[in-house]
Amino acid sequence: MTTTAIHSAAHRAAHPERLLEPDWAEITAITPETEDISTFWLRFDGAAVQERYRYQPGQFNMLYLPGYGEAAISISSDPHNPQRLVGHTIRFVGNVTRAISRLKAGDRLGMRGPFGVPWPMHAIEGKDVVIASGGIGLAPLRPAIYHILHNRERYSKVILVYGARTPRDLLYSNEYDSWRKADIDVQITVDRADETWSGRVGVVPMWFYHFRVDPRKTALLTCGPEIMIRFVVFEALARRIPTDQIYVSLERNMKCGQGACGHCQLGPYFICKDGPVFPFSALERYFNVEEF
Amino acid sequence: MSDSIKPSVAVYKFSSCDGCQLSLLNLEDDLLDLAGAVDIAYFLEATRAVKPGPYEVAMVEGSVTTPHEAERIRQIRSEARFLIALGTCATAGGIQALRNFGNADELARMVYPHPEYLEYLDKSTAIAEHVKVDLEIWGCPVNKHLVLECTAALLQKRKPNLPQYTLCMECKLRGTTCVTVAQGMPCLGPAVQAGCGAICPANGRGCYGCFGPVAYANTESLTTTLRALDRYAGETALLLRNISGYAPAFRKAAETLFSAEVTSHKDPQ
Amino acid sequence: MIERHLAIDSAVSLPKNELDAVLSDLRQHGYQTVGPRLKDEGLVYAGIETLDDLPRGVISEQAAGTFRLVQAGQERYFDIIPGGQSWKQFLFPPRVTLFTARKNGHWRIESDGEPAPRYALIGVRACELAAIEIQDRAFMRADYCDPIYSARHRNLFIVAVNCLQPAGTCFCVSMGTGPRAERGYDLCLTELDDVFLVEIGSELGRSLLAKRSFEPASAFLQNAANQGLEQAAQQMGRRLDTSDLPDLLTKNLEAERWEQVGKRCLSCANCTLVCPTCFCWDTTDHTDLLGKITRRERVWDSCFNPSYSYVAGGNTRQAIRSRYRQWLTHKLGTWKEQYGTPGCVGCGRCITWCPAGIDLTEEIAALREEVKA
Ligand SMILES: Cc1cc2nc3c(=O)[nH]c(=O)nc-3n(C[C@H](O)[C@H](O)[C@H](O)COP(=O)(O)OP(=O)(O)OC[C@H]3O[C@@H](n4cnc5c(N)ncnc54)[C@H](O)[C@@H]3O)c2cc1C
Ligand code: SF4
Ligand code: SF4
Ligand code: SF4
Ligand code: SF4
Repeated sequence: MTTTAIHSAAHRAAHPERLLEPDWAEITAITPETEDISTFWLRFDGAAVQERYRYQPGQFNMLYLPGYGEAAISISSDPHNPQRLVGHTIRFVGNVTRAISRLKAGDRLGMRGPFGVPWPMHAIEGKDVVIASGGIGLAPLRPAIYHILHNRERYSKVILVYGARTPRDLLYSNEYDSWRKADIDVQITVDRADETWSGRVGVVPMWFYHFRVDPRKTALLTCGPEIMIRFVVFEALARRIPTDQIYVSLERNMKCGQGACGHCQLGPYFICKDGPVFPFSALERYFNVEEF
Repeated sequence: MSDSIKPSVAVYKFSSCDGCQLSLLNLEDDLLDLAGAVDIAYFLEATRAVKPGPYEVAMVEGSVTTPHEAERIRQIRSEARFLIALGTCATAGGIQALRNFGNADELARMVYPHPEYLEYLDKSTAIAEHVKVDLEIWGCPVNKHLVLECTAALLQKRKPNLPQYTLCMECKLRGTTCVTVAQGMPCLGPAVQAGCGAICPANGRGCYGCFGPVAYANTESLTTTLRALDRYAGETALLLRNISGYAPAFRKAAETLFSAEVTSHKDPQ
Repeated sequence: MIERHLAIDSAVSLPKNELDAVLSDLRQHGYQTVGPRLKDEGLVYAGIETLDDLPRGVISEQAAGTFRLVQAGQERYFDIIPGGQSWKQFLFPPRVTLFTARKNGHWRIESDGEPAPRYALIGVRACELAAIEIQDRAFMRADYCDPIYSARHRNLFIVAVNCLQPAGTCFCVSMGTGPRAERGYDLCLTELDDVFLVEIGSELGRSLLAKRSFEPASAFLQNAANQGLEQAAQQMGRRLDTSDLPDLLTKNLEAERWEQVGKRCLSCANCTLVCPTCFCWDTTDHTDLLGKITRRERVWDSCFNPSYSYVAGGNTRQAIRSRYRQWLTHKLGTWKEQYGTPGCVGCGRCITWCPAGIDLTEEIAALREEVKA
């Protein structure tokens, strides 16, 4: 056995035998978001890896905690953030994510990535952009919002419709005002209100009943629970938004992130490499087939 | 590491043969590591020294067969934070659950000269039928490596690696030739939880299911296949009504077969 | 010796016992020679030293859900159609360590510096060569080159064997993959009664053969081999009409037939594990008691396993019907869109080794009937 220190991406490129090994990254800070969701800010151990690491809105990493395994986690930070920290907003649901929840700043995680097809930020320039998301589904869309903030003039109307179960489950609520200031129409809705809540109550797809979209010039980006995505797409189609202007980000069990382990297949697609973001036109054939 | 922060473990025996506790003792080298990592507070098979509860972990071997045991398991549960049912007696009633299919009183009269001195319950049942069980480790006996893995998982607060797939997976992973396909032997493998290492097929025998059914066992299709291979009448039914025979999936499948046999006897075609 | 006849792509006639010397030369070159061997009433691929280790005079009778070894009444070494194992175990091992990580303050990864094993595969059928080619497309892509698979692949030596006695579950002719090995070998044998007709496929193959006492392949021998292969092609135990694939599958995902086969299927995963092209895998971390050392392992997985399609809070393929549909639509449908070929070479393993005797050729035919009706 040869002990090798931290591997850099360049090192891996030179040594393809390391393709399935992670780089190590330090947790520089943890931002609690809700009761069971926090954002973990990571910086690679090797300065060179950190310097080279680039990602686009909608991509994800495989985060690894030895002994527990890997989890696919979207990047939720601003690709242009000055410290170049990579943010991951993680919901603690099971084995790996609960173990991550016990980590503290200064601890390390393995990280492979970035993987996947990003949101089509260039293709949708000039359009009205509707971002519809629910729950943790806002995490992969936040980098898209940041991108729009940096390039606001490239997009026409921008509307964010975001829903969570209760007001306490809303992500990033301290940022909504700054988004509104940048002329993003932020519509927040919850399934169940509490005494603090004076906003809208209802599910995300309901939004379509309150607003009018111009189908030809609207692009829809959506991510959230699959059931929400189904209804959002249903409403969007009913309003004649073309299928190639509807983009959805999907989730399936995932082990490698590189279209090799087979797990995330949906028909001909490997969601990890052909997605997770798809134009609905590519999915149409399979999306409504139960348990496909 | 000081004793005070090591989790305390208590090992109990109910109606069983001791085989599972022996698997623990058979851990040999690993047992030393284990003793270093946990505080074995109650394990009569291994040591007389007993520390008082409550305990972090209770490992329970054996099934509940007497009123006294039914009482005792409640007591143990109330003293344990995490309860593991160890072995198929504890997870499905074990081989002694075969008496569940007959009449306990009649059986007692057949076996014992003075059955009136016996105190027993009508049925031999799994621990989970009496109290909440946090983790079941199947097997007759349990696979000691799985016990070790579950302990490691508990210590590290992670999910244990207990396979959820069928025994056929294990046959194929180790390269064993299927005894059903190549020798026409009935084997329950396609409906059985992996974990034993597919020992029986590797030794030229069909699996009799001591690791219990997988959650998605298709016993209906399997019995159709296996009955065509029966080397004597009722072989498949008896395979099902074995060590895990009282596990609901196998119980139901065997009942269907037995009632079919009875009808076909009464009404020969 | 007649060196000049020994060009790549030429054929010679080799006395059978000369193959022993080829095997021993291969070992001299650092190869482990593996080939078909009888074990536990089945046929496995394991280490072989000489021809004596081969199942001489034995063939396999195969049907849906059954495999039987039978004495054939002849003395040939390679007439037996393989069993449940395939060569994929040598390139894509059932279990393999990815790395070991140790925690000493921080985690450090230790890669095992072991060089990849060098296998000489002896007796690879045409369908099996095609299967290796299909797996190559999954494991050695421009955007993903699997380190373990590719290292082992680089080290392969392949002695192919042309099939003269197909089994009852074979349908390579339908898939266009056999019974003749066309490419992808170092040497290819056709076993005639007294000699092997050997075709040379590579420089290493040529140089190994050059040391043996061979004769030029006469037209008579070549003719005998061709006739044998033609006959074999006529004797396929099964056939599969592929004309309407993959659409037949991808356009009929809600057919009634899926329900029916879902009732029979045990979700036991045997078909996927015996299939020489299935490439799916899972990863597992094995730790010591206190979690200071972790060995990360890659293990064969299958779309029939519940953890395969598990997501926190549910399973995207809960019903056995959905899992069977995934398998068949992948093999004969969506695979083509992914990798440009079907995922099936017609080897028949999944038919033979399905304990419930489910036969994919029958399923396709039944689906077609249903759609027509
Ligand atoms: C492209 C992509 C992006 C994602 N982004 C985020 C994110 O930004 N934030 C977040 O909190 N979650 C995200 N998820 C979901 C996250 O991957 C799962 O919640 C996580 O894998 C659960 O792992 P676990 O071990 O804690 O749970 P367990 O229930 O113990 O799961 C065991 C294993 O099953 C697999 N698994 C379980 N659920 C999922 C799932 N939903 N998706 C994929 N694999 C799963 C994993 O391999 C996991 O290790 C994303 C998933 C995908 C596919
Ligand atoms: S021997 Fe039994 S467990 Fe093994 S593959 Fe055959 S049916 Fe499955
Ligand atoms: S699908 Fe069946 S017949 Fe086709 S290659 Fe795989 S095992 Fe062979
Ligand atoms: S059939 Fe199933 S196991 Fe085989 S490659 Fe396809 S998804 Fe993987
Ligand atoms: S098709 Fe046959 S081998 Fe495959 S999972 Fe179903 S029962 Fe098992």
